[in-house]
Amino acid sequence: MATVVQERLFGKAIKRREDPRFITGRGQYVDDVKLPGMTYAAFVRSPHAHARIRRIDTSGALKHPGVVAVFTGKDMAGVNSLPCGWDLRKEKNIPGVVQDLAMVPHMPLTADVARHVGDPVAVVIAESQAAAVDAVDRVKVDWEPLPSVTVTDRAARSGAPQIHTGAPGNVAFKWEIGDRSATDAAFKGAATTVKKRILNQRLVANAMEPRACIARFDTATGELTLWVTSQNPHVHRLLMCAFVLGIPEHKVRVIAPDVGGGFGSKIFLYNEEVVCSWVARQLKRPVRWTATRREAYLTDAHGRDHVTDAELALGRDGKILGLRVKTTANLGAYLSTFAPAIPTFLYGTLLNGVYTIGAIHCEVTGVFTNTTAVDAYRGAGRPEACYVLERIVEAGARALGMDVAELRKKNFIPKFSGAFQTLVAVSYDSGDYAAAFDRLLQMLNYRKFRAEQEAARKQGRLLGIGFSTYIEACSIAPSKLVGALGAGAGLYESAKVRVHPTGGVTVYTGSHSHGQGHETTFAQLVADELQIPIEQVEIVHGDTGAIPFGMGTYGSRSASVGGTAILMSLNKIKEKGKRIAAHLLEASANDIEYVNGQFQVKGVPSKAVPFGAVSLTAYVPHKYPDNLEPGLEETSFYDPSNFCFPFGAHACVVEVDRDTGAVQIQRYLAVDDVGKVINPMIVDGMVHGGIAQGVGQALCEGAVYDEGSGQLVTGSMMDYALPKADMLPLYETDRTVTPTPVNPMGIKGAGETGTIAATPTVVNAVIDALAPLGVDHIEAMPLTSERVWKAIQAAKAKR
Amino acid sequence: MYPAAFDYHAPKNVKEALGLLGKLKDDAKILAGGHSLIPMMKLRLAQPKHLIDLGKVPGLSGIKADGKALAIGAMTTHWEIESSSAVKSKLPVLAEVASVIGDPAVRNKGTIGGSLAHADPAADWPAAMIALGAEMVCEGPKGKRKVGVDQWFLGLMATALKERELLAQVRVPLLPAGSGAAYMKFPHPASRFAVVGVCAAVTLDKQGVCTKAGVGVTGAGTKAVRAKGVEAALVGKRLDPAAIEAAAQKAADGVDVQADLQGSVEYKSHLCRVFAKRAITEAVKRAGA
Repeated sequence: MATVVQERLFGKAIKRREDPRFITGRGQYVDDVKLPGMTYAAFVRSPHAHARIRRIDTSGALKHPGVVAVFTGKDMAGVNSLPCGWDLRKEKNIPGVVQDLAMVPHMPLTADVARHVGDPVAVVIAESQAAAVDAVDRVKVDWEPLPSVTVTDRAARSGAPQIHTGAPGNVAFKWEIGDRSATDAAFKGAATTVKKRILNQRLVANAMEPRACIARFDTATGELTLWVTSQNPHVHRLLMCAFVLGIPEHKVRVIAPDVGGGFGSKIFLYNEEVVCSWVARQLKRPVRWTATRREAYLTDAHGRDHVTDAELALGRDGKILGLRVKTTANLGAYLSTFAPAIPTFLYGTLLNGVYTIGAIHCEVTGVFTNTTAVDAYRGAGRPEACYVLERIVEAGARALGMDVAELRKKNFIPKFSGAFQTLVAVSYDSGDYAAAFDRLLQMLNYRKFRAEQEAARKQGRLLGIGFSTYIEACSIAPSKLVGALGAGAGLYESAKVRVHPTGGVTVYTGSHSHGQGHETTFAQLVADELQIPIEQVEIVHGDTGAIPFGMGTYGSRSASVGGTAILMSLNKIKEKGKRIAAHLLEASANDIEYVNGQFQVKGVPSKAVPFGAVSLTAYVPHKYPDNLEPGLEETSFYDPSNFCFPFGAHACVVEVDRDTGAVQIQRYLAVDDVGKVINPMIVDGMVHGGIAQGVGQALCEGAVYDEGSGQLVTGSMMDYALPKADMLPLYETDRTVTPTPVNPMGIKGAGETGTIAATPTVVNAVIDALAPLGVDHIEAMPLTSERVWKAIQAAKAKR
Repeated sequence: MYPAAFDYHAPKNVKEALGLLGKLKDDAKILAGGHSLIPMMKLRLAQPKHLIDLGKVPGLSGIKADGKALAIGAMTTHWEIESSSAVKSKLPVLAEVASVIGDPAVRNKGTIGGSLAHADPAADWPAAMIALGAEMVCEGPKGKRKVGVDQWFLGLMATALKERELLAQVRVPLLPAGSGAAYMKFPHPASRFAVVGVCAAVTLDKQGVCTKAGVGVTGAGTKAVRAKGVEAALVGKRLDPAAIEAAAQKAADGVDVQADLQGSVEYKSHLCRVFAKRAITEAVKRAGA
């Protein structure tokens, strides 16, 4: 029998297998699930940023036609606070803790005080969603409004309203990293120093599908099933069962079916899913809740919100001698699930960037405010670090009068593989930073651009170019390491590979796809490894009743951590298959190799058993080795030995309208190094989407609270400006490939690179465009037309 | 997002619609596309007890041209105006305005009459109606009456439309030979409403002297207004760049500019001047073409 050699699928841009169902409206999202006897939940939320609850009168709502029940926080006695999954306390030996994290309570329905607009205080359960929503208006809450604080750098000032009794002065924690005295010394010896206040504004994730959940309690079995928009169903189950409701995990099944985007905001355990789960057990009827877009703006965890003072010390030759960073991070009204980790271990540890730096010191104060809780949002800490570093490096180059590309080149960490120990705890895996930057300059034709820019400036046009050369820490993460840093969970990933008797393969992955394309990428990986048609491979995810305990998807970890777990199981399948094949071929297992989809005697393709014959034998073990279990199914848990550190170089060309301050992006170039790539089309898509999000932060996005009332004034898509297609040019992208030694496939991670790189790239370009006018910095983003125009006016006034 | 409960009415003719309006009074809102009203209802900022949908009333939509004006039915969608060959040949600036309203979904459902009766201060149509000197044809229990655009916009979302009336038609006068018109806007980055929008229409004589000018400013204040100072500075002048610049400087005069997230009073006033200059410059160019 002639064997057909299948082409390699690893590295091939095959179309996404899941897309036909999504683009024809046949996806199965939480809100599509219909159950008999379903009830509908609607939440009564605080209209105030900060207010004491004197009394809640639910009688009017209870009389409303169709209402089944109304619950307040007082009814939920015995239910615990939502947990924070990251500890920062000295007694736990967490490095860098200056002041212990204040573990303030976060009750599913607050009973005493509402601490931000949208804080839920009661829930109405009704026979229809319309009845539930109408009855919400009939719950009368007697509010005592309190003064509020929403502004990041005012929260900890004396006289600010106190938000939690357990957090005096609204300080959530104080933390530091790096070497303070070495940094002080570096600044003393510097030829030039620059200092800038750099604001990283608050963002709203805006996943296309709003959050939703359905809880069903089966009175016959005592089992609770929760369908929820989650990036990590097992994490939801663990946190909700063990910490909040006290239900044994084996009695709970969490299903996160098709999920329409997350960007981090669907990692966390939220009030609504806890309340619905609790109510389902009280009423013994299914309960459904789907967020409105307004609720999404008010309650999905927000991102970023830092106020930073950054200082850079430079030698005369342009070498970076020291970096000093002081950041205040706004955590919002409560501690979201992983909130303390974002502005600390996912931020301070990235401040070394791709540069050789003499000394670094960073201190961070986390503060509570009367705003929506802040947690991981695409990039999560790394975009904030990259923004600070790439802005201050450009400011340093301008202060020295050195070309911004030249200064970067002088400071790149030289090419290495294996380990580069940074000054901020982490050790990079592999890197060739100059290569990516050189490729970018080549694509850009940098010298030609500068000549064109000179000509344009003579005509009075404001043309600018900006760069960022970024580092990213992903493939999250080594469990022991994150445990030592305060994580309440391990960060391995699981994969079960089930080979069916007739040769089909189902993979049960702990990773979760909410847009990433796992059903394609992972199937490609499996088909490539087993050399079987991709149609024979099915990927199952998002159901704790089906998959082994897994940690889910965030931190660009699916391909590198989840994919490696699959690879490990595939290797076990092959090893077992060799023993079965050896028996059938009457050869020694050591002499069997797996080639082109068949088990063969090494070098003898004619003495072979196809994959399907081995799988059938495993389940019909008539002719079968002794001492070998039947079946062909393997489970693996992969815990990485290190993070992976993708990197790259981005550039952007902008023109600023002198009259209005409007910024137009003319070109956007990106050279990314994400290690080995399974599906380049999917990676391109991630880079494109990431850039759009980064551009959005630079130019138009931003959550704004009214200072007096604490109202979120950008609480809808009519007010909160997401990037639009007509803002963006056709991207010019390329990749360099520096495989990571951390995992066997050499994959680093691609989900967040664009978001990390794009924001400073665009802002640097605008500053470059305005440089001839004397502008060297704009403190706040987004760079709205008015902000840019005001910077132009201020510079004109100075002259 | 669910609106509060309401009753829906679909009258089959204008008389029936007026009868419902007379009966339901304040409790009723006219549905004329709904791209402003429905979102407000979903947020429960508006909670009318009755909706009177004009979508099934014949004769309220369509574009007719006579020698003097374009008569545009109130229920004509933005897209119908944008794509109309009559508009493109006789008054192309209307197609230009329509093309920058919202997005395709809004343009396919939203109507010119709905927009003018709603009188959102950041809507695009008001600037053009002012610049071109349009008339609103209202129908009420006592028959039809015409209201000039300068008497139409009374304040924030307030018009001269009376309680028992509906807006039936908009009459936009054609421009004489030697005229040009243009609409330039600075769109809100999220909603695409006009942060500032300026429509300018100029008529030049054979010597290039401006004999007539209409300039409407929308977005900046609580209602769209006629930039009288700009118009006065244009008429009688040869419209070279210096004359345009000088006239445009008066674009924010008389506008009750409101500060909001998109700009301070200073910035929005500045945008009025910038976009007046751009619109007039383009209108002059088109008049000469």
